[in-house]
Amino acid sequence: MYSEKVLDHFSNPRNVGEMADPDATGEFGSSHCGDTIKVFLKVEDGVIQDIKFKTFGCAAAIASSSMMTEMVRGMTIEEALQLTNEMVAEALDGLPPEKMHCSCLAADGLHKAISNYRDGIR
Amino acid sequence: MRRIYLDNNATTAVRPEVLEGMLPFFTEAFGNPSSLHWAGRQASPAIEQARREVAALINAKEEEIVFTSCGSEGDNLALKGTVEALQSRGNHIITTAVEHPAVLDTCRFLEKKGVEVTYLPVDREGLLDLDRLERAITSRTILISVMWANNETGVLFPIREIGALARKHQVRFFTDAVQAAGRVPVDVEEAQVDLLSLSGHKIGAPKGVGILYIRKGNPLAPLIHGGHQERRRRAGTHNVAGIVGLGIACRKAAEELETVPTRVTVLRDRLQNGIVSLIPEIKVNGALGLRLPNTLNLCFAGIEGEALLLRLDMEGIAASSGSACTSGSLGMSHVLEAMQVNPLLGQSSVRFSLGRNTTSEDIDRVLEVLPPSVQKLRDMSPFWKAGSRCCAVCLSQ
Ligand SMILES: Cc1ncc(COP(=O)(O)O)c(C=O)c1O
Ligand SMILES: [Zn+2]
Repeated sequence: MYSEKVLDHFSNPRNVGEMADPDATGEFGSSHCGDTIKVFLKVEDGVIQDIKFKTFGCAAAIASSSMMTEMVRGMTIEEALQLTNEMVAEALDGLPPEKMHCSCLAADGLHKAISNYRDGIR
Repeated sequence: MRRIYLDNNATTAVRPEVLEGMLPFFTEAFGNPSSLHWAGRQASPAIEQARREVAALINAKEEEIVFTSCGSEGDNLALKGTVEALQSRGNHIITTAVEHPAVLDTCRFLEKKGVEVTYLPVDREGLLDLDRLERAITSRTILISVMWANNETGVLFPIREIGALARKHQVRFFTDAVQAAGRVPVDVEEAQVDLLSLSGHKIGAPKGVGILYIRKGNPLAPLIHGGHQERRRRAGTHNVAGIVGLGIACRKAAEELETVPTRVTVLRDRLQNGIVSLIPEIKVNGALGLRLPNTLNLCFAGIEGEALLLRLDMEGIAASSGSACTSGSLGMSHVLEAMQVNPLLGQSSVRFSLGRNTTSEDIDRVLEVLPPSVQKLRDMSPFWKAGSRCCAVCLSQ
């Protein structure tokens, strides 16, 4: 049911964990299924220098979170705001249709963290 | 990789004796049991033999057994057939909030047709309040439908007491015994049950066969109209091989009822105690002393059940989860919801259901794999704060 990439990111998630001194954090919970992500950002000159996440959710949610962090590290925050859930799912070689909503979490969590960053909320 | 199957409440493998007994009925004894010629005459005694074996398992009379295609069909026939047959008597059904969807969805369908349904709540341990059940009975009540054992938690309902209540108020009593029959003693006379459903694939018979027990004197409208099979209670050419297999499975289950459940209980308890002692923040779901021998349902605070299942699957261990974020509505099973389990905690549930072939080594292996798998997921969960027992709140509720 899951692609090799999903299974890989699920078993060995990249950038998982917390950050001691983040420039911003963002938490987002799916109202659909309760899956929840917390994103930690380190931003320098408008560029995402470091990103970490913690996710409560199914394999699709965890893999999407991991893939999202790999995709946006090194991006400017403007570029990162362009990232969509579909792009994350595509980078994972797709998700089962009933699991598409689980990838929403990753992009939405990221966008939340960026908007907190802009508002100066840590 | 060693494969361990702990999802016997979902389905079981066909037993070798069952398969062997079935095989001739696909080839040389292929006849239609309704036919009068030699081919039909090979098949019909086999069906009657199976009927006796099934009847013996639940202490019924042969003519009270109607072969069906599955547990869901039995549930549908019991409910819809009763509503149709007793419409002049009343239109009220009493059931519970924790029934299998085959009962719950049928009740919701019947509600749309004007039937009134009372869904009794359960307490935090998954138990029913019998006084409340009795108070729910009205002059319009035609059926009480309460499962013998819950498929998710294994909780056993007090079927004898409910049978006595139903008899006292002269209301028909149906029990979905799909998870109970062949696993714990099931006696329709002792329990005063009027209708009972059972499914082959949960007890080592193939998928696609089951029965509805219909106590004499409890007419039902058929669900499937057509031929004269099953005394016009269920049309359709018999699934001869499947029925033969069900008969053998019931005979075997009856023979083993003294030994297998005891052995399985010991293994289940060892799994439960091992998990509780090795992993912090665990909730066992369902009243401890009142469960099927084989079922263990737990919450692993802070993580999501499906993610844990996938980790176990990668290690060759098959279990299941009531939670699934595919199911929408916050991913909690309706059973745990009815037991008022905290919604966050409810998403972390996993069910292990053992079988007659489960070994001590299987349990050892699960106890070896589970703690690091849980820890790994907890380490990446925003709800788990190492050392601070994040979900203490959820567990103390
Ligand atoms: C309690 C209960 N009732 C009914 C069913 C449905 O049985 P079947 O799969 O044979 O339709 C199941 C199967 O999971 C069950 O556990
Ligand atoms: Zn999900």
